[in-house]
Amino acid sequence: MSATAWAWLVLLFPLLGSIVIGLGFKVIPTRAAGIVGTASIGLAFACGVAMLVNLLGQDPDARHHASSLWDYASAAGLDIKLGVYVDQLSTFMVLVVTGVSTLIHLYSFGYMRSDEGYHRFFSYLNFFVFSMLLLVLAGNFVLLIVGWAFVGFASYALISFWYRRTTATGAGMKAFVINVVGDIGLVLAAFLIFRELGTFDYGAVFAKAPQAFSTNEWTVTAICLLLLLGAFAKSAQLPLHTWLPDAMEGPTPVSALIHAATMVTAGVYLIARTHVLFVLAPTAADIAAFTGLATLLVAGTIALVMTDLKRAIAYSTMSQIGYMVVGVSIGAYSAGMFHLMTHAFFKALLFMAAGSIIAAMANEQSIDKMSGFGRAMRFTSIAMLCGGLALAAFPFTSGFFSKDEILAYATARGGMYLIFTVLGYVGALLTAIYTFRLIFRVLPGKPCPEAQELIDSGHVHHAHPFNPATGEEEDAEVGFPGAEHHIAEQSAPMRIAMGVLAFLALFGGLVQVPGVDETITRFLDPVFADSPLSEIVPTVGASWTGLAIGAAISLTGIGIAYWVYVLRPGASAALIRRLRPVHTLLVNKWYFDEAIDLLVVRPALAIGRFANRTFERVVVDGLVVGTEDVVGSGGRVVRLVQSGYVRAYALLLIVGFAGLALYFLLSSS
Amino acid sequence: MEAVLFFAAALGALGGAVGVVALRNPFYGVLALIVHLFSLAVLFLLLTAAFVAAAQVVVYAGAVMVLYVFVVAYVGGDTEPTFDPIPGQRFLAPLLGAALFIELSIAVLGSSLLALDTDGSNVKVGFGDPAGIGRLLLERFLLPFEASSILLLLAAVGAVVLAARRDEPGAGTPVPTSTGTPGESRPGEVGTGVPAGDPS
Amino acid sequence: MNIEWYVVLSSLLFAVGAMGILLRRSPIVILLCLELMLNAGNLALVAFSQMVGNQQGQVFAIVVMVVAACEVVVGLGLIVAIFRRKLPLDVDSLRELKG
Repeated sequence: MSATAWAWLVLLFPLLGSIVIGLGFKVIPTRAAGIVGTASIGLAFACGVAMLVNLLGQDPDARHHASSLWDYASAAGLDIKLGVYVDQLSTFMVLVVTGVSTLIHLYSFGYMRSDEGYHRFFSYLNFFVFSMLLLVLAGNFVLLIVGWAFVGFASYALISFWYRRTTATGAGMKAFVINVVGDIGLVLAAFLIFRELGTFDYGAVFAKAPQAFSTNEWTVTAICLLLLLGAFAKSAQLPLHTWLPDAMEGPTPVSALIHAATMVTAGVYLIARTHVLFVLAPTAADIAAFTGLATLLVAGTIALVMTDLKRAIAYSTMSQIGYMVVGVSIGAYSAGMFHLMTHAFFKALLFMAAGSIIAAMANEQSIDKMSGFGRAMRFTSIAMLCGGLALAAFPFTSGFFSKDEILAYATARGGMYLIFTVLGYVGALLTAIYTFRLIFRVLPGKPCPEAQELIDSGHVHHAHPFNPATGEEEDAEVGFPGAEHHIAEQSAPMRIAMGVLAFLALFGGLVQVPGVDETITRFLDPVFADSPLSEIVPTVGASWTGLAIGAAISLTGIGIAYWVYVLRPGASAALIRRLRPVHTLLVNKWYFDEAIDLLVVRPALAIGRFANRTFERVVVDGLVVGTEDVVGSGGRVVRLVQSGYVRAYALLLIVGFAGLALYFLLSSS
Repeated sequence: MEAVLFFAAALGALGGAVGVVALRNPFYGVLALIVHLFSLAVLFLLLTAAFVAAAQVVVYAGAVMVLYVFVVAYVGGDTEPTFDPIPGQRFLAPLLGAALFIELSIAVLGSSLLALDTDGSNVKVGFGDPAGIGRLLLERFLLPFEASSILLLLAAVGAVVLAARRDEPGAGTPVPTSTGTPGESRPGEVGTGVPAGDPS
Repeated sequence: MNIEWYVVLSSLLFAVGAMGILLRRSPIVILLCLELMLNAGNLALVAFSQMVGNQQGQVFAIVVMVVAACEVVVGLGLIVAIFRRKLPLDVDSLRELKG
């Protein structure tokens, strides 16, 4: 079978899974739903592997195929098809998405066991995977937008999964609204592309673009900036990032899948896919890179003070995606995608471990209350440690190779781009510090009550269900993460998933060791061969120098975290006292939420209120009621003729007759 | 000679018409119309329409007017009140009548109806007599003839239905009541009481 | 006599009848005025019949007479019915068609 046939199958299985589970939720038993959901993604992964094998059997420069099932519109200059585009980049993304998704489905199989909405969860999750695959495999901008929108919806549905929680629904709406802002950018970009180039199809667009646009012409810059609007909303970069921390309201598997591994990487994929346009608009590419850098640093600083475990990991995600955005914007395409892959591994793992710990804490997410889980939950702690090491770029873990490869490229490009290297290493330091801050606060030390309960009796702590954020009582039927909580130690599927990811997090980077086996770069490079930036290749020596510096920084960061949080327990409180203004700024997330509220939300509400009070009441009602009055009074006037007097009617009759006779007289004379 | 008759009959017709419109008592109006109908019969005779004249007198004046007389006698004739609730009616009606007459006159006299300025064609003897009319009615105009007979039937049935007496409570024969001692019966009615020993 | 005289007389009688309908309030008198108008029409028909020279106009006049008779019958039946229901015989007080 051809690669594109496998691609269609990849799309088919998750969609089928979603529909089957969604429609059959009354008849399919719980376990079966979980198996069907996981199996459908597993099958998609198998087809993805088949797709890869098929591609590998071809000549490296000819590994791109398009295939379409039918035409949506082919008239008036439009030619939109339901078409997929299979090349190394989309195959890579398919494998990452389906692979990590399969493991997360497996994890959810155990984690969500006692949730009332089990079927709904798997249906939504499958639908999400389908939409993400659609986005990745799309062969034209229209289908990309379709997949983009579906992914946004799936994210909304899954964030507000426990929909009786007010915080969850609010977070879902926030995510959706901010994503819509990005959608506007994407759609406008598609319109502009169509207007300039006359087509939506990837192959045609990327072929025509270099001839149609000169470098930095305003149209192509506008297109790229609009694409960036979409990418930043989806990938939670500044300033459209405020939805991501709140999205942690969703169940932990959702955070792992959507907000770590797949959906938030859609923006990165978009920039990589449209790199031809970005090459033609270097200004836009630079803007993207600097925004990524800013996000990287801001998110890193915020993660230093976050006390909510999942939110801290969310800010870490934001920061790492900043690295990816920097990578694909400055030309380190393959490096950026490699970091995407490794980040998927260790971030999903970190979320899974966090989910396990939070389950043990009966849904308490604040690290102020957690300690000593190292002894209480061995497996989870080891998994968390693996993920943390990879995130902090500990030597020879996967994160180590991927992060430093981006920075090595920045060095090789030189000039202004050395800023990225320097600040990138600063960010790496921050990453190491905040990662191990979390680990050293949660794992070692005297066990907290919940952990003690686990050590003593092996029972998971049960608390009265209430929403920790608002204090309102949970709705046990729907809006509540299950009466029972499942931890990894007691659930085999969770352990399998976390085990596989831990292995990949630690050793997954060994496929791309500079100078030894650069499989990822060699695989992906032909996609980006048409970019002049791909000719800048860091030498092996420079790469290893960068790796050495990275190793040093990572170990320094871990050491600092160890010193502050383990050796000198009062040190962090003292630091907070000394740097109180800075601390306040960071705890308030650099006041972005407040700024958006002031600049966007309040004016919008004011406009709405004006529209309702003034415009609606005066203009619209005036028009409608006015018309009504006019017609009514007209009717009242006409009604006067119907007096009820027969003689008056007879009079009118004779008047009419006389008039008619007059007319005939006059016209015949 | 003919002119004198014409003017006399015309005056009679006009007088009768004005009388119908002007006389307050409807009975006098009916009488005025009878005068008008007779005058018209004379005019018909002048126009060599003997059968029509006869039909006018016999049917119209003889039957229809008699019907009118019956109804007016039954209903009675109240004088109408002078106040006219419709504004302007008293003023507009004569105006319109005049306008109508003037227009029609202009149409007849002044327009291109020039063929009217004739004495009529020379008709042979026997024009307007029953034989000719009968032949036309039964040969050429059979359908209108039959249709008008159906119309007459309908009118008769309709009139009976319209004016039929409806039974109202309080009117008609009294309903027998069973007050009073059993065995007592009203004159002319079957006894309603139950005699002792009657198996029932 | 010129036919014109007859036709003009007919239109005059028609106008008088029309005026009577508009002016009188008793339904009986209105019906009488209606008779006037119909007879005026008859007169015109017979005059034209004389003018043209065949008897079709006269046949038409007879049919008109039949129709007039039917209409009188129904109209008078209505008046009797109104009278029986003790309603005033005055077209201006029978106003239920008022909009």
